[in-house]
Amino acid sequence: MKLLVPVKRVVDYNVKVRVKSDGTGVETANVKMSMNPFDEIAVEEAVRLKEKGIASEIVAVSIGVAAAAEQIRTALAMGADRGILVEHDGALEPLAVAKILKAVVAKEQPQLVILGKQAIDDDMNATGQMLAALLGWPQGTFASRLEIADGKATVTREVDGGLETVELRLPAIVTTDLRLNEPRYASLPNIMKARKKPIETLKPADLGVDPAPRLTVLKVEEPPKRQAGKKVASVQELVDKLRNEAKVI
Amino acid sequence: MAVLVLADRSGSAINQPTRSAVAAAGQIDREVHLLVLGAEQAEAAAKLPGVAKVLKAEGEAYAHALAEPTAALLVALAPNYTHLLAPGSAQGKNIMPRVAALLDVQIVSDIAGVVDADTFRRFFYAGNALATVKSADARKVLTVRAASFDPVPAEGGPGAPIEAVRPAEDPGLSRFLRAELAKSARPELTAARIVISGGRAMGSAENFRILEGVADKLGAAIGASRAAVDAGYAPNDLQVGQTGKIVAPDLYIAVGISGAIQHLAGMKDSKVIVAINKDEEAPIFQVADYGLVADLFKAVPELEAELERTK
Ligand SMILES: Cc1cc2nc3c(=O)[nH]c(=O)nc-3n(C[C@H](O)[C@H](O)[C@H](O)COP(=O)(O)OP(=O)(O)OC[C@H]3O[C@@H](n4cnc5c(N)ncnc54)[C@H](O)[C@@H]3O)c2cc1C
Ligand SMILES: Nc1ncnc2c1ncn2[C@@H]1O[C@H](COP(=O)(O)O)[C@@H](O)[C@H]1O
Repeated sequence: MKLLVPVKRVVDYNVKVRVKSDGTGVETANVKMSMNPFDEIAVEEAVRLKEKGIASEIVAVSIGVAAAAEQIRTALAMGADRGILVEHDGALEPLAVAKILKAVVAKEQPQLVILGKQAIDDDMNATGQMLAALLGWPQGTFASRLEIADGKATVTREVDGGLETVELRLPAIVTTDLRLNEPRYASLPNIMKARKKPIETLKPADLGVDPAPRLTVLKVEEPPKRQAGKKVASVQELVDKLRNEAKVI
Repeated sequence: MAVLVLADRSGSAINQPTRSAVAAAGQIDREVHLLVLGAEQAEAAAKLPGVAKVLKAEGEAYAHALAEPTAALLVALAPNYTHLLAPGSAQGKNIMPRVAALLDVQIVSDIAGVVDADTFRRFFYAGNALATVKSADARKVLTVRAASFDPVPAEGGPGAPIEAVRPAEDPGLSRFLRAELAKSARPELTAARIVISGGRAMGSAENFRILEGVADKLGAAIGASRAAVDAGYAPNDLQVGQTGKIVAPDLYIAVGISGAIQHLAGMKDSKVIVAINKDEEAPIFQVADYGLVADLFKAVPELEAELERTK
């Protein structure tokens, strides 16, 4: 069974982004870029399914600027077999990404697509669900456990209040939550090997998709900053302040 | 036309995130309809101020709010509405993007403000940036960041009419197998007036329970950092942060939590923040109104005793 894993190039999670002074967006020039952490979890899960003999091939896809090939290389070094880069230089929203992924699915015919639950830059948490809708496939979002057997995926999901388990008919969409696995680091030999794995480059137009955004960003601001308060010397002083100054208890 | 809010399935009551979504909907249009999945919530829904009509959908397919049939139902109802909303809960986040794609609409996730019927404010980059976005789509599909909207009260409305809606066809793609939901007598994390959260420094699931004494005294909910959840000290649904729950209580007490941006994204709108950490350089102190530099294993029991002594 073939797996498709979409991986997004995002500002590294350790970077504290700065809002541009002209209010048009955030500063992304000269900041460290990485694979979206939830997508690393997706790649790891795909590689484990291959190691168990359940998956036969893993295709990593990224949609974005030419440099997103770096994130595809990371996926290849972790164990994906080949890559597809859909090059687009401009704003991309989950609906457009889902339309592009739908076209890639039509071309590749995977039985399972594993995405991250959320990109840590736009914080949309939408693409997997949208892709499932466009394909008419079932979805298992926020997965903390995944089992594949007998043409079905059993997905344990992190929900409000605890966990929920659903069974999906394949082909299906799964999105990863933090507890699904701990992604491996690519070894040096695997990084070398990944250089020889193929990456195909396409344009949205090759797939018949117009990626024009539906949302116009009117303004981007820095949220109100909190001021650091004071240090208290003892638990007694803390309780006194909470009762008599802040009046919250 | 009117706007439709999908309620979280939550026993027979309407939970606070749903009531926040009703409040957000009320800023868009005066005619707000609330869709409940199952009969048991209908009565509570009819009592909400600001709800003009309750739609009740019954059927096996909705009993667990499975995404595929529930999205199909919303799509069937969509022609009567300009906006479809849900709280940005696990349920809303699962269903609403699916609805949006079926309607060929770009969802606006986790709105934190309504500027006008087409224009919304939302955080991105872990709460480090706040965008104002205008949607060009004919119909809007939104989830609501509950912490940003004061919920409508649970009671006091004039009593909205309840109308049964015809179930949509179930695509039969998925099946609910089981749920393991924690039962807790404590207030719900996103609804609590006081939250006390523990981090990696708690050291074990057993140690984590020392927070319970303080929580009991304060009537607080308990939360956790990702590190504490990953280590198994606390269940997943207690994670506060960018990719967990967003809370904005009157008082948030962070115990043995360093204050990573991903954690701050989930709690920095709290009215008063207290940090207890043994490292005086910990970033959490930069957002704390009251900081106590101390070993938590000494400070937490002391805090419990002091609350008892001064109550
Ligand atoms: C994609 C992604 C998503 C994430 N989402 C979230 C999220 O939603 N929520 C979240 O919380 N994190 C999230 N994180 C993780 C985040 O980056 C941090 O790793 C995490 O918040 C750290 O948890 P912590 O503060 O408990 O642990 P640490 O950073 O290890 O901090 C422990 C603190 O305890 C203090 N300490 C140690 N011993 C004691 C003692 N005896 N008494 C008092 N203080 C003590 C230390 O000084 C330290 O400050 C995410 C990360 C990624 C990559
Ligand atoms: N440009 C992209 N290229 C590849 N995958 C993407 C892209 N955008 C989103 N995704 C996938 O969709 C997931 C959720 O993203 P989002 O809906 O933007 O929060 C990510 O974790 C990725 O798996």
